[in-house]
Amino acid sequence: MSAVLARTGLNSIAAFRALQARLLATAKPEQPTVVIPAGTCGQASGASNLIRVVKREILEHGLAEQIRLKITGCHGYCELEPSVLIQPGGTFYPAVRTKDMLAIVHAALRGEVVEALLYKDKTTGKRARRLDEIPFFARQHRTILGRNELVDPIRIYDYLEHGGYTAFCQVLEGGDPAWAISQMKEAGLRGRGGAGFPTGQKWELLAGQPGAEKFLVCNADEGDPGAYMDRAVLEGNPHSILEGMLIGAFATGATHGVIYVRSEYPLAIKHLVIALRQAKELGLLGADILGTGMAFDLTLVRGAGAFVCGEETALIRSIEGKVGEPRQRPPFPIERGILGKPTAVNNVETWANVPVIFERGAAEYAKIGTERSRGTKIFSLVGKIRNTGLVEVPMGMTVHDIVYGIGGGSAGKAPLKAVQTGGPSGGCIPAAMFDLSVDYDSLAKAGSIMGSGGMIVMDDETCMVDVARYFTAFLGDESCGKCFTCRKGIQRMHELLDAFCQGRATHADLSLLEELAAVVKDTTMCGLGQTASNPVLSTLRYFRDEYEAHIAGRCPGRVCKDLVTFSINLKCKGCLLCLDACPADAICGEKGVVHVINPDLCTKCGSCRGVCKLSAVDVTSP
Amino acid sequence: MIDMFLNGLPVSVEPGTTVLEAARFFGIPIPTLCELEGLSPYGACRLCVVEIGEGPGAKMVSACTYPAQPGLRVRTASARIVRARKMVIELHLATCPQSKVLQDLAAAHGVREVRFKQEYEDCILCGLCVRICKEQMMAGAIGFQNRGGRRVIDTPFNIASDVCRHCGACMYVCPACQLRCTFDQPEKAVCGGCANLEPACLAKPAYDDMMCFMDPCVACETPTSNGRTT
Repeated sequence: MSAVLARTGLNSIAAFRALQARLLATAKPEQPTVVIPAGTCGQASGASNLIRVVKREILEHGLAEQIRLKITGCHGYCELEPSVLIQPGGTFYPAVRTKDMLAIVHAALRGEVVEALLYKDKTTGKRARRLDEIPFFARQHRTILGRNELVDPIRIYDYLEHGGYTAFCQVLEGGDPAWAISQMKEAGLRGRGGAGFPTGQKWELLAGQPGAEKFLVCNADEGDPGAYMDRAVLEGNPHSILEGMLIGAFATGATHGVIYVRSEYPLAIKHLVIALRQAKELGLLGADILGTGMAFDLTLVRGAGAFVCGEETALIRSIEGKVGEPRQRPPFPIERGILGKPTAVNNVETWANVPVIFERGAAEYAKIGTERSRGTKIFSLVGKIRNTGLVEVPMGMTVHDIVYGIGGGSAGKAPLKAVQTGGPSGGCIPAAMFDLSVDYDSLAKAGSIMGSGGMIVMDDETCMVDVARYFTAFLGDESCGKCFTCRKGIQRMHELLDAFCQGRATHADLSLLEELAAVVKDTTMCGLGQTASNPVLSTLRYFRDEYEAHIAGRCPGRVCKDLVTFSINLKCKGCLLCLDACPADAICGEKGVVHVINPDLCTKCGSCRGVCKLSAVDVTSP
Repeated sequence: MIDMFLNGLPVSVEPGTTVLEAARFFGIPIPTLCELEGLSPYGACRLCVVEIGEGPGAKMVSACTYPAQPGLRVRTASARIVRARKMVIELHLATCPQSKVLQDLAAAHGVREVRFKQEYEDCILCGLCVRICKEQMMAGAIGFQNRGGRRVIDTPFNIASDVCRHCGACMYVCPACQLRCTFDQPEKAVCGGCANLEPACLAKPAYDDMMCFMDPCVACETPTSNGRTT
């Protein structure tokens, strides 16, 4: 089969270059193009409707020669999805409604801009036309995400047209794996999965392993709550991962590659399957890549929904078809991985960085970021923040710049209190430390981790004990259950945190929680267990006063239901809205008269607060 | 041979030895629960944790699964380990207070109180039964199911296993099980085939919750009532 495909594909680097030149020659960059990001997030917020409108307009009026439609992956500004980008010119229309789509298409045909639909700054009221005029994008450094705007993920020719696989060809032509590894080391790329192991060093170790068969793995089992950087790259630019892995295979002499994607990412899987097929047909994967004799095959393995399979030894067992349970290292996967063969596991974002390094040159790449953390990092900025979305920034930017400069600060009225980085295994950084530089070492010093790049912003209406409880519950469900101290330790931490949230805890419970968290961290085997107490330890470190307040029966964030009371203040005009909304019939009153909540019946669901237009519902904690 | 240090003592061990085997060979005691000679190490109970490395980089690993490595510095009874070990025992005891093995361990390590909510589970999921069934009895009748807090040991699809030979090895090795031989208290014995003329039977509702995989009971050949059929 592969032999047949190889014959139809490209059989030399010269043929590849000729194809790329032909594509570039026939490209019409001056032709108006409607770019609609339709990743999972875009589709969920209505991008599919926009696409339908544009398609129908093009077909019905025979506009195929005048305007093009390009469907791409996510551009990152989730808050204002679905968005539309008009090229050339880069006019950006945020939060486009279906009924406005036609106006945008016709304006693009005429080379005009629909002023009324442009981005409007909430504070200054000024409109911005291009992406780089919008504060959210202006301060980013979008080396990886920026390519999502250019490339149609299901068309390999589109990727080639934008310089795709050129870096791989350069490396292939150079013919020196040792040079490729030295470039990686010079670039100083560190693993984007969280631990930050230098990628060049990992490759060098793999290259030095004996044996004819070696494996490369792309870890796309992204499971942190509120983190979706890898999904955006997988959906928006799957070929960049393939190219990164091809370069890695050439440098390390790996013969097989596996992309391990979680089943919860159907669109990513679809795009990857298409990308793999296209790369094989073009002769970029298989037995004799571009006629150079290099052999590398790439397969896709779907995860079965276990968070712990993001841990490399569990991931390898899962690929082998066994139960996803981590095992003791050493031996490290680099010595004995899949089927006992040397294996290097890298995260999606790490692989996506590889072609960038070779395109720009290692020295150029190394200029971005800090001394020990080079390059850019994508964060998913979520929580109580105005501009939710994916942001790509150079390492070393401060938390303050990310949260206020790009994120636009608090979404509500309450001031920001903390940022949780690194997902369930990470920790919280309090507002007082927002001048902290975001890189591997500073975050570790502050008791958190870089992790895969989740950044959950919390304001004063967030209870830190409740946050710790949430993450502990998540980890308790997702622990594989092998190590007793992970399985039971997390369960016991959750029980103790429950006691805090219900106001039953004592000072003895606080010291027990601290002691237990330290033991869980120490005595478990894999990364999940060793970091499982981080949410507890870091909140204890910076927000101990909140734990103590809970012992005293008070919840400063006014979140824990057992410690708060709902009441109606004198702003109430007696509109009856909350009365209708209350599922427990706990509110009494009549039209025009200030309502009263019966605390005995109130279930503290917050429905009244949600419907009240006058902020007349108070939540208080003693 | 691999040269390493055990509590500061320079020792040489064969390649392929685990830290636990090395410590045992040189007479250094390390408590264990899920380890048994003849079975592959699993590292589930975390009782055998030892400290490796020095200074702030020192970390704790399970001695039963960690391979001996050149220059490795192992401490088996530092303050940090003793503290952790006590907590591990306390956690175990809070799960299975009725286990004689765990009670003895607690006594030996000076664990005098359990500060957690008491549970009365019959299993600490150490996996000894799973391993003895597979590795020594060559049956593989039982295995782990689910993950996290829902993890249990059972037969595939929770139905009586075709490959189970009712050898009772799983019961024999279990550190938490009450179903093991209680010869000196024949009236409490579940099996007690050796001492009782009329053995207590698993079909009794009192034994419903117990994780017994002997089906039917060896002693009386009656199918048990806990949803299993023969």
